[in-house]
Amino acid sequence: MEIIVCLKQVPDTEAEIRPTSDNTEINYEGIKFVINVYDEYAVEEALRLKEKVGEGTVTIVTLGPERAVESIRTALAMGADKAVHLDDPAFLEGDPYTTAKALAKAIEGMNYDLIFCGMRAIDDDSFQVGHILAELLGLPSVMGILKFELSDDKKKATVHRQVEGGTEVLEVPLPAVLGATKGLNEPRYPSLPGIMKAKKKELKPVKLGDVGLSEDQVGKQGALTQVVKFSLPPVRQAGKIIEGETPEEKAANLAKLLREEAKAI
Amino acid sequence: MAGIWVYAEHKDGKVKKVAFEILTEAKKLAEKKGEPLCGVLIGSDVEGMVPSVGAYGAEKVYCVETECLDKYTTNGFTKALCDLIEQEKPTIVLFGASVNGKDLSARVAGKLGLGLATDCTGIDLDDAGKLQVHRPMFAGKVYADVTFADKTPQMASVRPNVLPVAEPDESRTPEVAKVVADVKPEDIGLEVTEVIKTGGEKPDLTEAEIIVSGGRGMKGPENYQILEELADVLDGIVGASRAAVDAGWRAQSDQVGQSGKVVTPNLYIACGISGAIQHLAGMGTSKVIVAINKDPEAPIFKKADYGVVDDLFKVVPVLTEECKKLKAE
Ligand SMILES: Cc1cc2nc3c(=O)[nH]c(=O)nc-3n(C[C@H](O)[C@H](O)[C@H](O)COP(=O)(O)OP(=O)(O)OC[C@H]3O[C@@H](n4cnc5c(N)ncnc54)[C@H](O)[C@@H]3O)c2cc1C
Repeated sequence: MEIIVCLKQVPDTEAEIRPTSDNTEINYEGIKFVINVYDEYAVEEALRLKEKVGEGTVTIVTLGPERAVESIRTALAMGADKAVHLDDPAFLEGDPYTTAKALAKAIEGMNYDLIFCGMRAIDDDSFQVGHILAELLGLPSVMGILKFELSDDKKKATVHRQVEGGTEVLEVPLPAVLGATKGLNEPRYPSLPGIMKAKKKELKPVKLGDVGLSEDQVGKQGALTQVVKFSLPPVRQAGKIIEGETPEEKAANLAKLLREEAKAI
Repeated sequence: MAGIWVYAEHKDGKVKKVAFEILTEAKKLAEKKGEPLCGVLIGSDVEGMVPSVGAYGAEKVYCVETECLDKYTTNGFTKALCDLIEQEKPTIVLFGASVNGKDLSARVAGKLGLGLATDCTGIDLDDAGKLQVHRPMFAGKVYADVTFADKTPQMASVRPNVLPVAEPDESRTPEVAKVVADVKPEDIGLEVTEVIKTGGEKPDLTEAEIIVSGGRGMKGPENYQILEELADVLDGIVGASRAAVDAGWRAQSDQVGQSGKVVTPNLYIACGISGAIQHLAGMGTSKVIVAINKDPEAPIFKKADYGVVDDLFKVVPVLTEECKKLKAE
C-alpha cells in the first residue's frame, strides 16, 4: 500500500505564544517545535497499516519553513520511508485553502492508496486542510477518526468517527483522506536505529514551480482569509479561595456563593 | 439574491441552540448591511423546524430536502449546500462550530474555493461590509482578527455557548423556500453503517451548560459516581482530564483539553485536576470556574473563580447535598 501522511510542524503545546509588538505576527523566538499532536496519530496509523499489510511505502508530505525538516526527520525515524517537503517561501503565510491547494498539487502526481492527516493543526486550529485537500483531489474525507480497519480486498475502510454524543461507523471507499484524532492509537517513539536510518532516507524539496502553481495562487497572495491583528485574551485572575474550618463548611459556602454571587446554579 | 445565511443544524428533529445564537447576532449584521437574514435547513424532512428558525429572526428559510439526506454525510450535505449557494449567491454564510458544522463548512470551502474562519467567538462587518471575525488560535493562547478576500460568500463557524441568544418571537412567520436537493446516493461516496450513542439523552460536553470534571485526583473509575451525582443534581455532565482518560477511567469522548474537547459551559467544576496548560486550553473560556484540589499550589487555582483547597472526596458529596437543598428552595 502506498500511504501518504500530511504532517505539520507546530509550536509545542507547552509553548507560550505571544504576538510581536505591532500585533501583526506571532513571535516564534525561542519556541520549541514539534509534530502536530494529531498528525502523530496519523503517522502511527500509517506505519501500523503498512506493517499489517506487509508491503508498501509511507510518505510524509509537509508544507512548512526550513525548520520543519526536524519534524519530518522525526517521522522518518519513527519508520516512515520517505518525505516530500514543500519548501518555498512562497508557500508560507497562507491560509488553510492555499495550504491544501499546494498539498493537493504535490500529491496529485504521486502514487497513493490512502492519505492520513490529523483532524486539525493545533496552531491555527482550523479543522480545514484535510477536507479541502480531499475536495481538490476528488476524494471522500472523514475527520476525527478513532478507529481504522482495512477491508480484505483493500478497496475500502471501516472507520469510527467521533461525533457529539457518540461515534459514527462509516464505510469509506479508498483512496480517501482520513483525519486522525486522539484515541486512534498510541504513537511510538523514534528508536535509536530509526534515527540513524532516517538520516539516509529520501527527503525531496519541492519548490513553487514544481507544483505548477504561481505566486498569486499560494501563500499570502493567494489566501482567502488573513489575520490582520493578534491579541492576547483577557487574563483570568485567580478568584476567591472558599473559607471554612471543615470540608463540609467549605462545600456549603461554595454552594451558597455559586447560587447567590455567581448565579451559576 | 444577496443575504446572510445561517446553516441551521438539527439533531433529533430540533435545531441546535448554536444556530439560534448565531441568528441572534447575524440579525444585527443583516440590518447593518440591509440584507435579508436567511436560515438553511438541510435533510429529508425539515419543514417542521422552520418556525423555530423564524422565531430567532430569519426572514426566509430554505428547506433543502431529498431522501438520501436523512443522515448527515459530508459529501451529501456539501453538494446540497454548494448548489444552493451557487444559485442564490449569499454574501455571508455562517455555521455553528459543532463537529458537523466544522465538517460541512470546510468541505464547502474546498469545493467553492471560499474563505472560511473556524470556531469564531465574535462576528462583525468591516467598513466595506465584509465579514470580519475574532477567533482563538493556539488553543486560546492568542486571538486573531481575521478578514476575508474579495470573494463571496465569506464563511465562518461560530463556537457554541459564546454568543447570547435573543428571546424567540413565535409570531414571526418566515417565507419558506422549498428546494429539492439534487443529491443521489452515489454522490455521497461513503456509507454510515451505524451510530453508537454513548451519552444517552444528555447533551454533548461541547453543548453542556454545566460540567463536573474529574482528573487523576479521582483515584479510580468507580469514584466518578460522586461526580455523576453532583452533575445529576445540577443538570450537568461529567468530563475528564487526559490523565483520567489515559488511565482508562473515562471514555475518550469525555476528555476536555487541547487533545480533547473545547468546552464553554456556564459552570466548570474541576475536581482533582491540576490545571495543566493543555487542560486549560479546553476549558479556559468557561464562564465560571470552580477548582476543588487539596494542593493549594495547583495551577488551576490561578484561573478559578472559586477555589476549594481540600480533599475532593469530603467536599463533593456535601456540595451535592447542599446544591440539592438550594435547588429545592
Ligand atoms: C500534547 C499534549 C496534549 C495534551 N492534551 C491534554 C488534554 O486535552 N486534556 C488534559 O486534561 N490534559 C492534556 N494533556 C496532559 C496535561 O499535560 C496533564 O498531564 C493533565 O492534564 C493532567 O491531568 P490531571 O490534572 O488530572 O492530573 P495531575 O496533574 O496528576 O493532577 C491531579 C491533581 O489532583 C489533585 N488531587 C489528588 N488527590 C486529591 C484529592 N483527594 N482531593 C483533591 N485533589 C486531589 C492533586 O493535588 C493534583 O493537583 C496533554 C499533554 C500533552 C503533552
